[in-house]
Amino acid sequence: MDSRAWIATRKGLFELRHRRDSWAIERVHFLGEPVSMVLPPRADGAGPSGRMLAALNLGHFGVKVHASDDAGAHWHELPAPLYPPQPEGEPAGGVAWKLQQIWSLEAGQGAAAGTLWAGTLPGGLFRSVDGAESWQLVEALWNQPGRAEWFGGGYDVPGIHSICPHPAQAGELLVGISCGGVWVSRDDAAHWQLQAEGMRAAYMPPEQADNGNTQDPHRIVRCPAQPDVLWCQHHNGIWRSTDDARSWHEVGGVPLANFGFAVAVHPAQGDTAWFVPGVADQRRVPVDGALAVNRTRDGGRSFETLRSGLPQQDCYDLIYRHGLAVDASGERLLMGSTTGGVWGSDDGGAHWAMLGARLPPIYAVRFG
Amino acid sequence: MALIVFTQQLRRFTEAPEVDAQAATLRGALEAAFALNPRLRGYVLDDQGHMRANVVAFIDGRRCLNRIALDDPLAPDSRVHVLQALSGG
Repeated sequence: MDSRAWIATRKGLFELRHRRDSWAIERVHFLGEPVSMVLPPRADGAGPSGRMLAALNLGHFGVKVHASDDAGAHWHELPAPLYPPQPEGEPAGGVAWKLQQIWSLEAGQGAAAGTLWAGTLPGGLFRSVDGAESWQLVEALWNQPGRAEWFGGGYDVPGIHSICPHPAQAGELLVGISCGGVWVSRDDAAHWQLQAEGMRAAYMPPEQADNGNTQDPHRIVRCPAQPDVLWCQHHNGIWRSTDDARSWHEVGGVPLANFGFAVAVHPAQGDTAWFVPGVADQRRVPVDGALAVNRTRDGGRSFETLRSGLPQQDCYDLIYRHGLAVDASGERLLMGSTTGGVWGSDDGGAHWAMLGARLPPIYAVRFG
Repeated sequence: MALIVFTQQLRRFTEAPEVDAQAATLRGALEAAFALNPRLRGYVLDDQGHMRANVVAFIDGRRCLNRIALDDPLAPDSRVHVLQALSGG
């Protein structure tokens, strides 16, 4: 089974092909430039002519959006999201209304397939309905008073790293914010509700630990075939929802450590998810220098720790938020680390093989 | 007229022409360049119209002082260089 994947890195966008039984680099785009996120062309052909997007974060010249309508053969620049003029004395959260990074890019699904979403630092969500030719800040989320409580997690300012459209309900969208909890709109982004009930922040004072608005969900993913099922790798644990984020339940008994960033969910089986543990927040490396993936296939009641093919000594690779992906079959996985290691599996994570190249620090891995 | 010149590094991304500008301030000279290439604005200024943190302008060899108002005065024969501030790794 041939397939394609995109790896966004500190120094370029790498296009990988899986042929016969291994991955190889096919092309490199934007070599030398930081690519913070990529949105692959849609597999279903929906949306504007299969357009794909790359978000660049140029060190000197700011955030740029580039689009390709031929899967990366040619690129052209489009306007980047732009924050509106900051009102005089508007210090909510203390952040400047300036785009610092595009941290997440997602396309709407089903009836909302023409909509694109961009989650950014310092916490703004942007929408495009014209194939990224223009972006509009979702003001209902940006202006809600709770934003003043958000704070940085991973970066100095808050950011939206997870955007989960609902595949069956066109007006429904969930976003995960570090650090600002989980927010859901069910009316096409007009109104937003905090939906982090059940999460607990171990890094906050006791009286604030249950405040949904200060939770740090490192990454949230939704099961495409069972959209009420969501998984969250949180700063201090793993949470799961089976009622479309109306409640969250902590998963106990996680092997090795319950700290990590990445999570991937099986596209058809909501009980199956993968995590990559790190020691703890104050030591963000694999446990005992050995890279491992935790997989559950029963909704978190039990886990298997998968190590075959992964380095088991002297390994200090961290898999960041968007560094783990599963394809539409649910069998093929790919993960990339902040020190440029890439590993793929064709059997649901039971066995892994390393790409024969070290890449720049990896921000995101996506199939498509 | 004041001459405004942009770092060659910008040419990797967008046109950055040298411009002879009838401008009394730095912002006026920048606007003259943006009029020729609107995309250039986003490379030099941020969302709020301030000079980007890692971009720097020199007017006749002197570093621009006000990065928000960009109101440093220009003489008729001023030379403005817009450069990238060194950073990175």
